[in-house]
Amino acid sequence: MKRVMIVLGLVAALFAFTGCGSDTLNVFNWGDYIDEEVLGIFTEQTGIQVNYQNFATNEEMYTKIKNGGSEYDVLFPSDYMINKMIKEDMLEKLDMQNIPNIAHIGDQFRNLSYDPNGEYSVPYMWGTLGILYNTAMVDEAVDSWDILWNAKYENRIFMYESMRDSFTPAFKRLGFSINTTDSAEIDAAKRLLIEQKPIIRAYVGDAVKDSMIGGEGALSLVFSGDAVFCIEENPDLAFAVPKEGSNIWFDAVVVPKGTKHKKEAEAFINFLCDPDIALKNTEYIGYSTVNMTAFENLPQEVQDDPVYWPRLESLGNSEVFLDIGDYIGEYDKAWTEVLASE
Amino acid sequence: MKKLFAYPYVVWISIFIVVPLLLVLYYSLTAVDADGAAYFTLDNYRRFFEASTPGQPFLERIYVSVMLRSIWLALISTAICFVLGYPAAYIMAGKGFSDKSFLLFLFLVPMWMNFLLRTYAWLTILEQNGVLNNLLGFLGIPKLDILYTDAAVVLGMVYNFLPFMILPIYTSLRKTDRSLIEAAQDLGADGIKVFSRVVFPLSIPGVVSGVTMVFMPGVTTFIISNLLGGGQYILIGNLIEQQFLKVGDWRFGSAISVILIILILISMGIFARVDKEPVTTA
Amino acid sequence: MLKKIYLGLMLFFMYAPIIVLMIFSFNASKSRARWGGFTLDWYAELFQDPGIMKALSNTLLIAVFSALAATVIGTLAAIGIELLGSRLKSAVMSVTNLPVMNPDIVTGVSLMILFIFFIRLAGGGGLGFGTLLLSHIIFNVPYVILSVIPKLRRLDGNLYEAAQDLGAPPMKAFLKVVLPEIMPGVVTGMMLAFTLSVDDFVISFFTTGSGVSNLSILIFSMARRGVNPKINALSTLIFLVVLVLLYLINRRDTRNQKKQNAGESILEI
Repeated sequence: MKRVMIVLGLVAALFAFTGCGSDTLNVFNWGDYIDEEVLGIFTEQTGIQVNYQNFATNEEMYTKIKNGGSEYDVLFPSDYMINKMIKEDMLEKLDMQNIPNIAHIGDQFRNLSYDPNGEYSVPYMWGTLGILYNTAMVDEAVDSWDILWNAKYENRIFMYESMRDSFTPAFKRLGFSINTTDSAEIDAAKRLLIEQKPIIRAYVGDAVKDSMIGGEGALSLVFSGDAVFCIEENPDLAFAVPKEGSNIWFDAVVVPKGTKHKKEAEAFINFLCDPDIALKNTEYIGYSTVNMTAFENLPQEVQDDPVYWPRLESLGNSEVFLDIGDYIGEYDKAWTEVLASE
Repeated sequence: MKKLFAYPYVVWISIFIVVPLLLVLYYSLTAVDADGAAYFTLDNYRRFFEASTPGQPFLERIYVSVMLRSIWLALISTAICFVLGYPAAYIMAGKGFSDKSFLLFLFLVPMWMNFLLRTYAWLTILEQNGVLNNLLGFLGIPKLDILYTDAAVVLGMVYNFLPFMILPIYTSLRKTDRSLIEAAQDLGADGIKVFSRVVFPLSIPGVVSGVTMVFMPGVTTFIISNLLGGGQYILIGNLIEQQFLKVGDWRFGSAISVILIILILISMGIFARVDKEPVTTA
Repeated sequence: MLKKIYLGLMLFFMYAPIIVLMIFSFNASKSRARWGGFTLDWYAELFQDPGIMKALSNTLLIAVFSALAATVIGTLAAIGIELLGSRLKSAVMSVTNLPVMNPDIVTGVSLMILFIFFIRLAGGGGLGFGTLLLSHIIFNVPYVILSVIPKLRRLDGNLYEAAQDLGAPPMKAFLKVVLPEIMPGVVTGMMLAFTLSVDDFVISFFTTGSGVSNLSILIFSMARRGVNPKINALSTLIFLVVLVLLYLINRRDTRNQKKQNAGESILEI
């Protein structure tokens, strides 16, 4: 028994190892998703140190926050995840008085369905999902998801490995909502994806960018922000959001419940909404900013680029992802069947 | 006295292995009702073996077939690792190389580069317009298109796990008693006989360690199948990862893990039987 | 000759991706699909990135300490296991193997839950460097045991008893007789532990806390946007440093060996 106590004591001692200074803000963001220079500027301006850490997926971040044990003050989840975290009472309401720079955020990006009253989140970046295609291999006009089912491009089509993104073309082609919870609709989309699988080259993650730049594929499902980068690297590429509609996505900044640094967190969010800082970030990341003042300070050709700045009026049928609760299990079963089909 | 020696370790594994595992077992055997109270159920397991259409043959059921494919790919990779790794270990352990440890290190060093980076590098090599095909084209050999097939997944596994096969085999070959080999030679045994009767049996503990260290991570890998298999060769590791991270259904994920562990334990039991034989004869 | 060709081919297989990776650290384009011209910019930027530097030092600290600790625990445990009766032995071995066969994600999440339980029990602290180190020790121990056991099996038990009969205290008998015999296995285990620690992402992610990151977490979390070529530059540097160190140690060893004509070198495995 003594030994058990010793081991337990050692474990406890190891935990005491950790702990952060009181004036440190713990920021949890996607990898390579901020111009790290701005962190230094923030510390200079406010004297608040920033402890910066990365996550790879919304769900990983969620699992860590949900279970506690670590203290994060600022998070950068995507739309549906914010929706889920609000439902589960995991976020602090923000005091917008402390975030006056929110005035720079475009009205069209505020109070969206994932956070209807705009109380919990301040948007950071946005974009759409569309088709990136190689004009040297595709002659016809790309304006419909149908082309991803065209056997002419067999073995030259890339889809995303992520479930909800890959379901989007199928749902939209069938005229369904991308947030559907109707089993029959999920089933129909599944059958469409299984039908598509034989002509697909692969379901990939960010590798799709290199594959498209390198001319390995003719067509692929890609986020608009990544498309900007790909087209820069390979001018043969072009991007289109199909007429059936698509997904508009947002990554936003939130503060998890129970933080000890709410004031500092709000100061940080306000800092991110500063037009100069927002401009730095959008230039570094290459994704579209939600900050209208920063947008107006971008070079004219970037402002006019429909890939960087999709015209919202042309996205009439597009939707934002929402949390679908337990129905995610049904999606998953369908998706597993797609992936495991021969 | 003798038992005391293992005692601290038993405490260690109780806390850090058994308790977390019991947790997994608990999750796999429970569900939550509307009030948030947990109750006992076998549903998570039933779901794994469920037919998606009535009368679907057992082995074709979706999760079962994924599991079988994972084991099959891991077995192939383990076999290839053994076939490639044993001779390498044997050569290094033999006479004629003064800088053995240096050579051995050379096999380990690539593993110190990040796994994701190495796997991305394989993408660059295997792509249709990749390094390999450019080379083959230059030599006038027809192009090879193996990226996003199960061959690429096996290649990725072999690449990543090969050192785990070579090292233990080398270690057990290294200190093989030379006098035994010489004795066998003196008794007139030829090279093949010396190898099959003396050297190989003596190296079996190393082989078993190697097989264990390659086969087990091979079954559970998911990043290799994602990146090199293009998501089309989904493995049991992907299923579990998906449950824990994408779906958030820890209970089903736990059940799959428990099934996986039981299956591996059975296969390891078979290996262990092979392992015992030389011990009794030696 | 044939042997050399075979080893050469195997090493080429192991190093082909590393060479590709190194070449792309000089690529001016951020994409690995296009050669944008030669540049050293990534190297310059690398040293100005405090995040990467801190992650690198965390990675090394964790790898060294977890490998050392796992080696001590694993070696003692392996001896303990070998001393057990055969039925107990196979039971303990099965449990030892469990973390190896458990998918990383399950190990990671369950350790996280366990640690958080301890934290609540202790009423303070949090996930961080300590838990990260501990989890690495935990998943490394089985690999050390798996490396040491084959050597122990082949150890002549009489040796140890003979030493004791000759009056050596148990500790001395162990250090002078047992340890040298099993040393190759111990070193192998330590190298494996170090290697696994450097490479682990999933378990690290779940068992670390705010503010403590390692290289794997940094690199894997870049996957959504594409890995920054600075990381390729860093890997190239690490690789070259390791290679030079190895070469120097090896050269010194062979020289010592020649001088003393001793059988074992420091690096001897």
